Amino acid sequence: MGEKILMKGNEVIAEAALRAGCRHYFGYPITPQTEIAHYFAKKMPQYGGTFIQAESEVAAMNMVYGAASAGARVMTSSSSPGISLKQEAISYSACAELPAVIVNIVRAGPGLGGILASQCDYFQATKGGGHGDYRMVVLAPSSVQELYELVVEAFNIADRYRTLCMIMGDGMLGQMMEAVEFRDSEDICEADKSWAVTGTGMKRDHNIITSIYIDPEVLEKHNQKLQEKYRKIAENETRVEVYNCDDADIIVAAYGTVARIIKNVIKTAEKEGIRVGLIRPVTLWPFPTAAFEKYAQVPQAFLSVEMSAGQMVEDVRLAVNGKRPVHFLGRTGGMIPTQKEILEKIREILK
Amino acid sequence: MAIVFQRPHALRDTEMHYCPGCTHGIVHRMVAEVIDELGIEGTTIGVSPVGCAYNNYLYFNCDMVQAAHGRAPAVATGIKRVHPDNVVFTYQGDGDLAAIGTAEIVHAANRGEKITTIFINNAIYGMTSGQMAPTTLIGQVTTTSPFGRKPEIEGYPLNVCEMLSTLKGAAYVERVSTHDIKNIRNAKKAIKKAFQVQMAGLGFSIVEVLSTCPTNWGIDPVKALKWVEEKMIPQYPLGNFRGKDLEV
Repeated sequence: MGEKILMKGNEVIAEAALRAGCRHYFGYPITPQTEIAHYFAKKMPQYGGTFIQAESEVAAMNMVYGAASAGARVMTSSSSPGISLKQEAISYSACAELPAVIVNIVRAGPGLGGILASQCDYFQATKGGGHGDYRMVVLAPSSVQELYELVVEAFNIADRYRTLCMIMGDGMLGQMMEAVEFRDSEDICEADKSWAVTGTGMKRDHNIITSIYIDPEVLEKHNQKLQEKYRKIAENETRVEVYNCDDADIIVAAYGTVARIIKNVIKTAEKEGIRVGLIRPVTLWPFPTAAFEKYAQVPQAFLSVEMSAGQMVEDVRLAVNGKRPVHFLGRTGGMIPTQKEILEKIREILK
Repeated sequence: MAIVFQRPHALRDTEMHYCPGCTHGIVHRMVAEVIDELGIEGTTIGVSPVGCAYNNYLYFNCDMVQAAHGRAPAVATGIKRVHPDNVVFTYQGDGDLAAIGTAEIVHAANRGEKITTIFINNAIYGMTSGQMAPTTLIGQVTTTSPFGRKPEIEGYPLNVCEMLSTLKGAAYVERVSTHDIKNIRNAKKAIKKAFQVQMAGLGFSIVEVLSTCPTNWGIDPVKALKWVEEKMIPQYPLGNFRGKDLEV
């Protein structure tokens, strides 16, 4: 490991992508993630890469579609309303099995909403914001260091499975400066990309990248192939942090920024003799169902704490499967739940 | 025995799905002949549109990518930036390019993106069965302008070449037609030059090809060719709009 540097989350995303071998970035400005574009605009020329400020998020994601078809490590980034615009090409890319990384530094919605931190795009990211039966890997870091590590990992997962990988952060994580320690070199997955369009060189049959299958039998077969791939991803790539869950009185489910707050809550609660556990999904899809199943009968209850009106809580309920009550505490609009209100909720549940 | 006529190598030996009298096949052939003549099949990457030509990736022998409706210029941009030494072209119709994809085509042209666009203008949506296109003529009856296109309701035909020729990044802009042999020959010359402009790295190039759609126009193929000559050309004058004197 190299030296520790103090860096802003958004800049770390761009730096991590460069270290992971990403040389093509297409984006469109939107708060609170635009520093990613600033960083690439400055650095890409030094790496001989491409930075394009596209005419729209729609175009940016379609440029990603083109560059991924051409076999490049490519990414785009945006924030909630911009991610909505990318959904068309996200669905097409999923069907065409194109590897790419998408960063969503979530802001509060719906609509143009606000620019402050939120987790209100959980449904969009994990249940398919675009049309059709598809999935994408969604990684939710909770520190700037983890942001770096997961961006590198996202490129590897994308290439390994020919899949889209989303990094889901929030304005808090993107704007926050924190110490980060970069590795001297990255472990980059060298995937076979013989499917990519590079020109036949008159040496092979032509390659085709497409997402249209008019024949229903052929399309169903393609869908089965995609589902099989998603099963494999769920089997191999589910990531979760389980903290303090043995003998817990209550287990809190939280990810990203909120999980950091919960770790402080755990310390405070301990002083009152309340044992709080934390299950922190690192992959929001695939959801770490097994971790919840394992601890389902340990606590008196579960509590999902989110910066949303209640989204991940649905997956927590499915995973706990009625074995214990699942409660919810959420703030919206860019409001962040405080330790105090979380602790009050825990006391109330355990009463 | 001397071979005097054969399928271009860049076209695959397969049946096309186009309707009788449709000029897509002619334009495909011209593009393929140009690819052969320039010896670029091995380095060319094409982008298919949404519309009747959606699956022309099955017809061209080069590498092909199918794009979302209107987004071909953005997809081509992504490909070209990864492989700047390859030849990249898009093949788009008037609904694709002049309606849903106006932002993408304008900005690809304005960036001087070194790609070539073959733009098929037949004044109608073919694949979805004859709806009004931005290029539909005043008074033209379509399934969504059943009483004829009225400017006060549906606006005016969109002249893409004239519009794009105001952009500095558009190095070569030409409109051609397919309604007779002479014009088909001119069309091929323009398509060849458009590819050469790209290969010389001069910027964006586009050839608008006036084409027929007898099925959705509801007339026979011979009348359709006449209709192009008599009705379309007055609205869409043929000729070069930019880059006429470029040395390639």
